Amino acid sequence: MASTATQPPVAGSERVGGAGIEIRGLAKRFGAVRAVDDVSLSVQPGEFLALLGPSGSGKTSILMSIAGFELPDAGSIAIDGRDVTYLPASQRNLGMVFQKYTLFPHLSVLDNVAFGLKMRGVARAERHRLAEQALATVRLEGYGKRMPAQLSGGQQQRVALARAIVYKPKVLLMDEPLSALDKNLREEMQLEIKRLQSQLGITVVFVTHDQGEALTMADRVAILNQGRIQQLDAPKALYERPRTRFVAGFIGETNFMPAEIGPLRTQGALVQLPGGASPCEVRTDALVGRVAAGGRAVAALRPEQIVIGSPEDPAALRATVSGVIYSGSTVLCIAQLSDGTELRARLPDPSRVALAAGDRVGLLWPADALRIYGDEVAAA
Amino acid sequence: MSKNENTVRHRAPFDFGALSLRVYVWLVVLFIMVPTLIIVPMSFSPADFLEFPPSGFTLHWYQEFFGDPQWQKAALLSLQVAALTMVCSVVIGTMVSYAIVRGTERFRSATQLMVIGPVIAPHIAVAVACYLFYQRLGVVGSLAGFVAAHTVLALPFVVFTVSAALSRVDPDLESADMSCGASRARAFFHVTLPLIVPGLLSGALFAFIISFDEPVVSFFVSSVRQRTLPRRMFEDIEQNLTPVIPAIATLLTLLSIAVLIAVALLRVLERRRRAE
Amino acid sequence: MSTATAPVIAASPSAFSRLWLGGRQLSVAASAVLLAPFFALLLLVFVYPLLSLLSLSVLEPHPTLANYARVFDNPVYVRVMLRTGWISLLTTVLALVLGFPIAYMMTRVKGAVAALLTACVLLPLWSSVLVRTAAWIVLLRRDGIVNNALQWLGLTGEPVKLLYTEGAVVLAMAHVLLPFLILPIYSALKNIPDDYMRAAAMLGANRRRAFFEVLLPMSRAGVWSGCLMVFLSALGFFVTPALVGSPQELMIATLVSQQVREMLDWPFAAALIGVLMVVVATLTMVFNKAVSFNRLIGGGA
Repeated sequence: MASTATQPPVAGSERVGGAGIEIRGLAKRFGAVRAVDDVSLSVQPGEFLALLGPSGSGKTSILMSIAGFELPDAGSIAIDGRDVTYLPASQRNLGMVFQKYTLFPHLSVLDNVAFGLKMRGVARAERHRLAEQALATVRLEGYGKRMPAQLSGGQQQRVALARAIVYKPKVLLMDEPLSALDKNLREEMQLEIKRLQSQLGITVVFVTHDQGEALTMADRVAILNQGRIQQLDAPKALYERPRTRFVAGFIGETNFMPAEIGPLRTQGALVQLPGGASPCEVRTDALVGRVAAGGRAVAALRPEQIVIGSPEDPAALRATVSGVIYSGSTVLCIAQLSDGTELRARLPDPSRVALAAGDRVGLLWPADALRIYGDEVAAA
Repeated sequence: MSKNENTVRHRAPFDFGALSLRVYVWLVVLFIMVPTLIIVPMSFSPADFLEFPPSGFTLHWYQEFFGDPQWQKAALLSLQVAALTMVCSVVIGTMVSYAIVRGTERFRSATQLMVIGPVIAPHIAVAVACYLFYQRLGVVGSLAGFVAAHTVLALPFVVFTVSAALSRVDPDLESADMSCGASRARAFFHVTLPLIVPGLLSGALFAFIISFDEPVVSFFVSSVRQRTLPRRMFEDIEQNLTPVIPAIATLLTLLSIAVLIAVALLRVLERRRRAE
Repeated sequence: MSTATAPVIAASPSAFSRLWLGGRQLSVAASAVLLAPFFALLLLVFVYPLLSLLSLSVLEPHPTLANYARVFDNPVYVRVMLRTGWISLLTTVLALVLGFPIAYMMTRVKGAVAALLTACVLLPLWSSVLVRTAAWIVLLRRDGIVNNALQWLGLTGEPVKLLYTEGAVVLAMAHVLLPFLILPIYSALKNIPDDYMRAAAMLGANRRRAFFEVLLPMSRAGVWSGCLMVFLSALGFFVTPALVGSPQELMIATLVSQQVREMLDWPFAAALIGVLMVVVATLTMVFNKAVSFNRLIGGGA
């Protein structure tokens, strides 16, 4: 049978399809601390959603509630339309991969993978066959007879993956599964997981504290802080249009500087930055939160958007170079504004940079690069 | 993710399995505690024989214990032996612990063997061997004989307790003191010792109670005139079981409880000290 | 818990080894000086007397294995050996049946209940064997509480002989040795990270299956360790069989006592001790090998 596909399909990777997850008003307290504070979100079937945030942000709690290991204090969780809030974890038919692989050390790799099938009463020969298939899917054929202790970290994580998908769950939960791996392995595994997910079409909820990982892998990312969702958006939108100060600071590098708001007009506002010869115009859609004329706010600018120019340029922000650091493909230039605020600029071409500490420069950026954050309204 | 979060607490139907486990466990706990507790009321019984429940209340048996010169002698000997054992095993044990935690690896296997040896070796073997040895030397029933044998038995426990405490002390603290000119010994007494005092005291208490309660070696190594409290109790239980035994047993149990509480408090103290 | 599990830690060399990983700052000479008194004491009061005793078994009255032959040729003594092994085995099984649920429960309770449970397990550990054995004598006598209860419940018409039987020895020894079983098992269970049970649940195992398929196999080493401790302790136990057992049905320790104190047959007693030591040493070594092999293939805690 001739195949016209460029890649032969990997065994056992027929499309399973994903389930949608509806979370409404989820809340969980530990003592006085609100680990999860009124969280609602919808995960589309087949979507790869990342839960991103610093430790204590509630991302793990949310995952644990979906998994069934934590009973929420309030709210509901529905998977594929079915309310599972109080359903025991063992009955939810989800797949899960843990941070520390958690392979059963007393069972062989094959028995580990087949465990879920054994719990579902699948006969021995059949479950071994399916387990072998799953191992082939994660490219570990032939490893069935080995014991987990004999495998490397990356291999163990792949076995964990195989174990989680062998019984064809519609949702895969992942709790910081790659944080125990070194950088190269992590990137390799990121691609593996993405590939697997798109082949199987299952829904993935992925918890991580590494924003690079979230932005690379996810269709949408939910950024969490102190139990609340700060923003739920596609990676590009998160990066280019962060909706809160926290998100702006958490995703990528950001410079923050104090800004004085001038008169408000229909198309935007005039904003005065420290050391600026004249106020700059900022369009309305770059104003976030309550921005009042005559008030103060915070201006945010990404380092890679700053261009070094002449301090005489009337549109430029005057600053003095306080440090120049070469870092491989870019140069980090630290410049100090008149009020002492330090800005970091990432310049792309080290060979064309001829700056030294003490130089007086003017900082320029594209018109829509600056965002203004006023007082935060209640989180979205 | 708190370590104690169990898998799901769900609104499930009545969990029969969990309930029967609970009931069973508490029944076993009863099994464990009842024998030890039941002799307490029996020690107050006025009758000449063992009865439960006691028909009255009297401290007569306690008075008999404290008044009888034979019992006094046995108790005193046990106290002496225990006290000396405590001192010897703590001193030697601390030296060993320090060598273990801070010393060269060269002696590890040998030390390991020597520390575990008395724990694994059956007490009857140690008792009979010591008896033979002491007989040849003519020191059966001697204070030194008791103390030596009991120290051997208590040392492993002291070593474990103290070396655990030592391993929790940052070696840099000692190094810092030494770089200021102190010798290692001075650094130890000045810096490390105060930090491990709770561990030392715990080890000391364990050594004391191990020696005080020790029945097997005492049985063989006692002479007619020098008998420890356990040895005397053994004979009385065999030949003349009156409520004096429950009275002594109650006192011993109180001693054990006191030791346990003291050790628990010491552990809290150590944790608080380390936090400072 | 760590201080009270000293006998437990003794049985696991790796825990002991861990203590050596701290800063090695002492010179060989200094270490030797610190260790000298310890080694001296042990060699003098432990190693030498034991070797001396054992040498009696093969050197008296002349270099011979006759003493050992006596142990195995005489059916009376063989019966003593077998009886000791059998009673020790029963004791271990009883301790396991009673103790495992407690160890398991201890991992699942918190707060005041946990403290109470721990205290109940630890107190017997640090109280006198004589006290506990005496308590059993008191309970199991013809006019004791157990008999009274049985009659009151109508189960028996007249007092049953409970004391001075094999059953009494098993019961009393299991009671005395129970903490030695509970603590290693508790330690092993506690060291299994929660995530394993979570993983099992996620894969569809209800609590019962998760227990048998995951928790139990993973705590294997601790279970065997506890059982071994109880078994080996029971083999050489003296006090309880001496007080609670029948004088006609001797165990090794009571037989040795009889030989040493009444018969004054030292070589024979030495041979008996020799047999006991060989069994204990062999089982200990086999167990250590098994545990390290187990760890090699990634098993257990």
